[in-house]
Amino acid sequence: MQALFGQLLVGLINGSFYALLSLGLSIIFGLVNVVNFAHGAMYMTGAFFAWIGLSSLGIGYWPTLLLSPLAVGLLGVVVERTMLRRLYQLDNLYGLLFTFGLTLIVEGLFHHQYGNSGNSFPVPEALQGGSNLGFMYLPRYRAWVVLVSLAVCFASWFFIERTKLGAYLRAGTENPRLLQAFGVNVPLMMTLTFGFGVALAGFAGVMAAPIYQVTPSMGSGLIIVVFAVVVIGGMGSILGSIVTGIGLGLVEGLTKYLYPQAAATVVFAIMAVVLLIRPAGLFGREK
Amino acid sequence: MKRVASSLMMAALLSLPAAGRAAGKVSDGVVKIGVLTDMTGFYSDLSGPGSVLAVKMAVHDFGGKVLGKPIEVIAADHQNKADIASTIARKWFDEDKVDAIMDLPNSGTAFAVMPVAAEKKKLTILSTAATTSITGDKCTAYNIHYTYNNWMLANGTGREVVKSGGDTWFFITADYVFGKSLEEDTANVVKAAGGKVLGYARHPQSSADFSSYLLQAQASGAKVIGMANAGGDTINTIKQAKEFGITPKQTLAGLLVFISDIHSLGLETAKGMYLTTSFYWDYDDQTRAWSKKFQNHPDNAKKAMPTMTQAGLYSATMHYLQAIKAVGTDQAEPVIAKMKATPVNDFFARHGVIGPDGLHRHDAFLVQVKSPAESKYPWDYYKIIKKIPAAEAFPSVAAQKCPLVK
Repeated sequence: MQALFGQLLVGLINGSFYALLSLGLSIIFGLVNVVNFAHGAMYMTGAFFAWIGLSSLGIGYWPTLLLSPLAVGLLGVVVERTMLRRLYQLDNLYGLLFTFGLTLIVEGLFHHQYGNSGNSFPVPEALQGGSNLGFMYLPRYRAWVVLVSLAVCFASWFFIERTKLGAYLRAGTENPRLLQAFGVNVPLMMTLTFGFGVALAGFAGVMAAPIYQVTPSMGSGLIIVVFAVVVIGGMGSILGSIVTGIGLGLVEGLTKYLYPQAAATVVFAIMAVVLLIRPAGLFGREK
Repeated sequence: MKRVASSLMMAALLSLPAAGRAAGKVSDGVVKIGVLTDMTGFYSDLSGPGSVLAVKMAVHDFGGKVLGKPIEVIAADHQNKADIASTIARKWFDEDKVDAIMDLPNSGTAFAVMPVAAEKKKLTILSTAATTSITGDKCTAYNIHYTYNNWMLANGTGREVVKSGGDTWFFITADYVFGKSLEEDTANVVKAAGGKVLGYARHPQSSADFSSYLLQAQASGAKVIGMANAGGDTINTIKQAKEFGITPKQTLAGLLVFISDIHSLGLETAKGMYLTTSFYWDYDDQTRAWSKKFQNHPDNAKKAMPTMTQAGLYSATMHYLQAIKAVGTDQAEPVIAKMKATPVNDFFARHGVIGPDGLHRHDAFLVQVKSPAESKYPWDYYKIIKKIPAAEAFPSVAAQKCPLVK
């Protein structure tokens, strides 16, 4: 029983990563209508910026938590303005292929420069250590990850669902032309949305840096699961990706307890079932 | 005096046609070595470009020529895929006049290329592939397994850690052939040495999160956690073990850990871990001299110290070229016979002998990773706990059961 609690808590930790990543993906798909395959690469870039900042510029964890996502977001803005924008009038398969190619290039560049074994980013001093909960030892940093992810997810949800700017975003998702007719600068909004979405990925990357080794391939392993999360939750549904992200983390944790060999597959099994029963996802709407 | 002079003359005359004949026996007028390795993937830091460099350094130090003919080195990336590896091997042997293929990280590619080489009667000299059965039931007459194998890793670490008091084990194992075979080999050694295996957790290859497996290991109460995985998986296991407060209460035993992994983890995270290696750059003057040459080579962009597989490749290339020189041809059969007949004693191998099964048996080291306080200069990473003599470090010829050996 103790082991089960431990695994569920670990599942919650992983789930909050999934939620953070799938949230950005969902926001981008919802408004910009791009299936952003480069999301994993942006997550990796965020982690690498943190590591580069620390090792060559001496920038610590706390400023990096803000600076690195900002840099990744800027990168996203540049990519959107100079390249991705040209693909909007085409089928969104082109956006998918473009971002996939971008992933390969970005990963290749980091690989060429930093090799594949990766680099260690230390846990910030204030968050070192942990506490014994009786059924498991909870590292303080992991608790921090859960809290921050939940806070960021909630803030994003609140911003999009409850504020006026959020209402514009949602209106843009429904009918961009009409919104433009009302005098809203939709292209700028799309650029900023894309930037914000990938900044979230960069943020998740910084959060992950002290836990996982910072390697060029760290994003590509995660992105597939995150896509499954988005598909299960419903493409473009903000609440869907948050709830599904955390939920799937828990299911994965449970699987690791019951039958660890299936831990990598269980998410996809669920995805297949959901697609058969509700093709638009658990929280998605049929169009 | 006159007689001496005339006999010298005679000898010179006699040797002339011999030299001419020998030069004629270098096939296609060139000795060509193909380094088939992982240039960009999982194993590229521990083999990859460093492997190519080691082979090139050996060719350069040998003088660039053998029997009067040039030595060429080519390289390719097999991307860790068996089909790509065997396709490149066929092309190399058929069209590019390659005489020997070296390195081959990951046993899958090794098993794909070895039969091709045997069919074409060309050499394979493996350095990074680790599976014990390479020179066991899957051995070929044209293969040499030069640097290390799973048996060496399992025995070195397993037996010695049990002896020093770590008698209860829990395994965190990569859920594929390599991981399971490494786990099984080690578990047998642990049991034979009087230890107990309390359990195991098997994870899919290239997992990022190991916390749940580590929690199981923690709950088992085992003194030692054996990591039967490799590369990034091992690195993340070690990192997260520290995070969850598992080390130093329980000791980690790395079953396949390279110095490049330790470098990337940092000593603060890796300290105290036991592992077995066939080479450590800082062992003696010879190893230091060669390793510094490798580290400062202009082609070594990351200025990394050599891993055991890279050092092994230099030694293997030298041994190969010397054998060609000695037998006067680059034909595989006599060269391989000569390589097996000649003991290896250089900066890499001590008491090295290549057995009839193709396994190079030489001394190995059980080491423990230093703490940051113990480390005095860059790459000062290991304390040598024990030198394991060749006969104990590798399985005997009889134990390998290679069908070629009757």
